[in-house]
Amino acid sequence: MPVRVRTALVFLATWLLAACSGRQSALDPQGLQSDQIRHTLFIFLIIAAIVWIAVMVVLGIGMLRRKRASNQPLDLDRRFEEGSGRLILGLGIATVIIVLGLSFVSYAGQRTVFAKDENALTLKIIGHQWWWEVHYEADSPHQSFVTANEIRIPTGQPVKVELESADVIHSFWVPSLTGKMDLITGQKNELQFTAKNAGIYRGQCAEFCGLQHAHMAFAVIALPPDEFGRWRDHENQSANSPADPLGKQGEDLFRGRGCALCHNIRGTLAGGQLGPDLTHVGNRTTVAAGTLPLSPATLGAWIADPQHIKPGNLMPRMPLQSDELIAIIHYLEQLK
Amino acid sequence: MSMAADDRELRDESLDGLQLSAQLERIWRTPSGLLGALMSVDHKVVGRRYIVTAFAFLLLGGILAMLMRVQLAGPEKTFLSPDKYNQIFTMHGSTMMFLFAVPVMEAFAVYLVPLMVGTRNIAFPRLNAFSFWMFLFGGCFLWISFLLNVGPDVGWFAYVPLSSLQFTPTKRADVWAQMITFTEVAALAVAVEIVVTVFKLRAPGMTLDRIPLFVWAMLVTAFLVMFAMPSIMVASTSLILDRLVNTRFYDSSSGGHPLLWQHLFWFFGHPEVYIIFIPGTGMVSMILATFARRPVIGYPVIILSLIAIGFLSFGLWVHHMFVTGLPQLGAGLFTASSMLIAVPSGLQIFCWLATLWDGRPVYRTPLLFVLGFIAIFVIGGLSGVMVASVPIDTQVHDTYFVVAHFHYVLIGGAVFPLLGAVYYWFPKITGRMLSESVGRWNFWLAFIGFNVAFFPMHILGLIGMPRRVYTYTAEMGWERLNLLSSVGAFIFALSFALLLANVIYSLRKGARAGDNPWNASTLEWATSSPPPPHNFDRIPVVKHRDPLWADSESLPVVAGLSAERREVLLTSLAEAEPQVREASPEPSIWPLLTAIATTVFFIGSIFTPWAVLWGTPPMAITLIGWFWPTGSREDEA
Amino acid sequence: MKQTIVRNVAELPTFGFGPRSGPWWGAMGFMALEGMGFAIAIGTYLYLYAVNPTWPIGASPPDLWPGTVEAALYLLSIIPNEYTNRVAQRQDLPRVRICLIVMSLIGIVLLVLRGFEFAHLNTRWDNSAYGSVVWLILGLHTTHLATDVGDTVVLAVLMFTHHAKPRRFSDVTDNVFYWNFVVLAWLPLYFLLDWVPRL
Ligand code: HEA
Ligand code: HEA
Ligand code: HEC
Ligand code: CUA
Ligand SMILES: [Cu+2]
Repeated sequence: MPVRVRTALVFLATWLLAACSGRQSALDPQGLQSDQIRHTLFIFLIIAAIVWIAVMVVLGIGMLRRKRASNQPLDLDRRFEEGSGRLILGLGIATVIIVLGLSFVSYAGQRTVFAKDENALTLKIIGHQWWWEVHYEADSPHQSFVTANEIRIPTGQPVKVELESADVIHSFWVPSLTGKMDLITGQKNELQFTAKNAGIYRGQCAEFCGLQHAHMAFAVIALPPDEFGRWRDHENQSANSPADPLGKQGEDLFRGRGCALCHNIRGTLAGGQLGPDLTHVGNRTTVAAGTLPLSPATLGAWIADPQHIKPGNLMPRMPLQSDELIAIIHYLEQLK
Repeated sequence: MSMAADDRELRDESLDGLQLSAQLERIWRTPSGLLGALMSVDHKVVGRRYIVTAFAFLLLGGILAMLMRVQLAGPEKTFLSPDKYNQIFTMHGSTMMFLFAVPVMEAFAVYLVPLMVGTRNIAFPRLNAFSFWMFLFGGCFLWISFLLNVGPDVGWFAYVPLSSLQFTPTKRADVWAQMITFTEVAALAVAVEIVVTVFKLRAPGMTLDRIPLFVWAMLVTAFLVMFAMPSIMVASTSLILDRLVNTRFYDSSSGGHPLLWQHLFWFFGHPEVYIIFIPGTGMVSMILATFARRPVIGYPVIILSLIAIGFLSFGLWVHHMFVTGLPQLGAGLFTASSMLIAVPSGLQIFCWLATLWDGRPVYRTPLLFVLGFIAIFVIGGLSGVMVASVPIDTQVHDTYFVVAHFHYVLIGGAVFPLLGAVYYWFPKITGRMLSESVGRWNFWLAFIGFNVAFFPMHILGLIGMPRRVYTYTAEMGWERLNLLSSVGAFIFALSFALLLANVIYSLRKGARAGDNPWNASTLEWATSSPPPPHNFDRIPVVKHRDPLWADSESLPVVAGLSAERREVLLTSLAEAEPQVREASPEPSIWPLLTAIATTVFFIGSIFTPWAVLWGTPPMAITLIGWFWPTGSREDEA
Repeated sequence: MKQTIVRNVAELPTFGFGPRSGPWWGAMGFMALEGMGFAIAIGTYLYLYAVNPTWPIGASPPDLWPGTVEAALYLLSIIPNEYTNRVAQRQDLPRVRICLIVMSLIGIVLLVLRGFEFAHLNTRWDNSAYGSVVWLILGLHTTHLATDVGDTVVLAVLMFTHHAKPRRFSDVTDNVFYWNFVVLAWLPLYFLLDWVPRL
């Protein structure tokens, strides 16, 4: 290959694949299960590549080979007919052996991926059009709390998520940690995984669930166990009371302007259940189920007009004066 | 029996040559005028309409695909709103599967099977006409709804509860479900016709081991249709009932279950993909034999493979449901059964490769498409084997990896053979050749465009891109591959534009094709191009699997059929021994009227259950009209 | 292409009975796919049965008598049905006429009984998934029953007109054949609807 062509190809490939180890990639495993799956995937990939290349080579030789002696279509060579018959049969048997082998590889991988650990940390996740409700459940009820759209887990410890749906079917998928599992109306599914390394892993709803299926993401934040414990203790507490008058005004407006009809903020009078829990919303990394990174600006943009950012989502646009909006944002920001 | 009447009858042995042709043509031709055209029961006329209509739906579905590719070419594009996008991908999938891929294969069968088995018309020609009208009306119903903004938006498999009344309160899901009913009725009708045509109307001497491979493929396909489609009929009916009269099939609070839908859908849906693929393999076998200039190696192996694929395809549906939380061991068994289907598929590929090895290949456009088919389909099949693995599927399910898989198999496995078939049989159907030089451009643009469009989707799926998302953000790192894919899609679309231009040009200016321009071996090439209304002046007698290669001088034929009324020759199932000279129906307007009555019934019933009451009498009346004997000699024999 | 006549089929009949005729195979085809439809409906019933802890859901099982009487009548109807077949094969027009009238009457009685059966299902289609699937299955079978009765009546009428020509007898035998299918389909459905909820 001329050098120029090669450089161009390499360039093209790097340009295209620059982001391959992106934010939610099955090729960039950070968990025990995703690691196993990638391993299985590579075995399949290599065998598939070999089979395809073999077929292409045979096809190529078939095309380039010298022509048959006779040009009468029915004037066939007995030896070739019989030989090729045996060869086809042999290849058929080889295919049987390969697919049985692959089935075995697949099953072995499946066993590892779906292995159960009784001591797993248990979370319950309920899918909603188009956001995630997350329950941390513990033996004592005052250790249990609800949050949304963001899951924090300890590294190195198995996590079990119980999956349910409040409306249509969704699918829980964090490619860097493990494969997906559906959240099905009227059925309880579960999934276990273990994060190997600390980090923020993006997840996204994978089953088409209506208008805003594209914007039903979430973040899984894996923390070292002690840090996770601190977070959990903090998250378990009720919301901060606002420290300044603007914040207080925001808290009142949150009730007065109807937000509290849908949103719960523990420790306040806001107890709505239709939308995500906002008790510690200030600690989250994103707004509106992973649609925007969280900042005062994005929070404001969202509250000012949720239908612009995520058309069709179930939070209506609330009529707010701009000073009211500023107060609400200020309040929500403090909910850390 | 009224022997007396028979004795006075004009028989074909008392006429010959041009006289016989002219007489048969007079009896079998479609009446002139618009009314005549609407009454036609000629399988060639109906088949041609079917083919053109199916291609029109390909064009429509393809345009939708292009709109999606524009929307996805970059991050956060606002070319399409989420609502439009969801309607468009649903319409694209539904149009391609139900209005293009399945019907186009049946359309070719309607045209070709009677010619290939050497008979004068398909079995049940009126049912055939009815089937076409149902297909046309169903397709128009779907598309008109879409243009009125009530196009379905729940995906081509319309999972409940999303498609239930609660979450889709508009008529959109009803439109989808009823479109299914239309196309199923059409498909089931053709399936029965094909089975009976192949069982009973074969030319004398065409024993089971002399049936052309395309006909075998269509026979297996017809059985798949007959056993798979009832499942979706039950599914779509119960969905409509849930939506219209409050039944509770899918309502989990009253004992229903959403997974019931998935089982019913995929019990149909998986065989469905082989309903599309198997006819494609039949086309490949025919084209390959002609252009490799020898019979396909392993004729019995191919037939057994087809039958094996047919059987196995009913045991795989669960591989579409690996992430619904089914018991693990069961899921693992479906992995194995899914992968096993690689064996019969592989055997067919090996037979074709061997044929090519021993052949003297003539590289005309149809053969190019077959070679392209092999390269692409094997990739798609192997990615199928990958997604059949439970652990791998938990990652790639519902991502662009699966989108890549199924476009590789659908387009590689069915559309490429189909394009080859268009180039191959165009001369028979129209009497003119398609341009070979445009054909080469067509092929190369299609091959390159296709791979550029769809290969990147494998990678996109692995790096996390879910399917059915109307947009994505720049930081996901998907935009370059998506842009590349969109560029490829446009190249691919250009290749279709070339095909269309080639067709339009060649219809008027193409070189005249003789009876047998490719020097092929099967019976459709034994008559003129295009064939006369009665297909053959005399029914051929088959003594060899490749009759035109074996008897290249003169065709053995039978005599003794009526020359004054429509008559076909029925033969025995296995040995194809002549048994009966059966009358074949005359043109009739009733199939159209029945189709109209049925359409009114179907569309009415998505608005009110009372349609069942007022919609039935017109259907009953038109059906009686259809079957009521006209008193002509055909009917009264 | 040049042609050589190697056979003459002038002596063959112009219609046949059973597997020799085209329509018979058509009827076979439709029965196969309709049978598949019944099988799928049964599968649906059993699926719902399996996923629900109680069955029937919120209802008592259907009253036994309508289904049972129907089953008995169906089985008995095979006798006149087979007789119809025999006289049609013999092309015995007067007897065929009588038989078709008898078969039409039996069909109408069965349709009336079917009405009672719906009334005695003890559940509505919108009560629960159980009610839905029971109504679906019974409805499906009733459609078959009704179309076959309609077909029989039309044939009976034809046989009293000048259209009573030989090939009509072949149509009669196909109709007989189809009736057997309707009967045969009822037996498993009867067991499913009336007895499975009592298990
Ligand atoms: C023409 C259509 C067609 C064909 C032929 C196939 C063929 C196959 N398909 Fe595919 N499939 C679809 C159309 C098709 N599929 C569609 C439309 C969907 C998606 C529906 C949706 O969700 O919208 C789908 C989805 C789909 C899934 C579900 C994925 C998911 O949703 O997560 C699976 C999983 O098992 C699967 C598997 C297979 C397998 C194992 C084959 C096999 O038949 C392939 C066999 C062929 C080969 C393997 C190549 C030739 C063989 C050799 C050269 C021999 C050597 C081979 C080996 C040693 C392995 N398919
Ligand atoms: C046979 C079936 C078939 C075919 C041919 C195609 C063809 C194409 N498909 Fe499609 N596709 C599906 C079946 C098919 N697809 C299905 C089942 C789905 C799933 C839907 C769902 O999720 O519900 C899907 C989904 C799907 C998606 C995913 C959408 C999503 O998940 O969000 C995308 C995205 O790029 C896509 C792209 C394309 C493209 C670019 C083509 C191109 O190949 C199209 C090129 C064709 C043309 C541009 C038409 C040109 C035609 C002519 C000029 C006519 C010539 C006329 C004569 C000769 C008379 N398809
Ligand atoms: C009718 C119910 C409803 C009302 C009233 C409502 N919301 Fe919401 N809210 C929702 C829903 C539903 C979502 C989830 C939207 C999504 O992501 O699809 C949401 C999401 C949010 C989020 C993002 C949460 C996250 O974790 O991403 C914030 C912040 C928010 N709402 C604040 C407000 C404020 C402030 C008000 C009042 C001005 C308000 N909401 C009024 C239903 C409501
Ligand atoms: Cu939730 Cu897609
Ligand atoms: Cu499948």
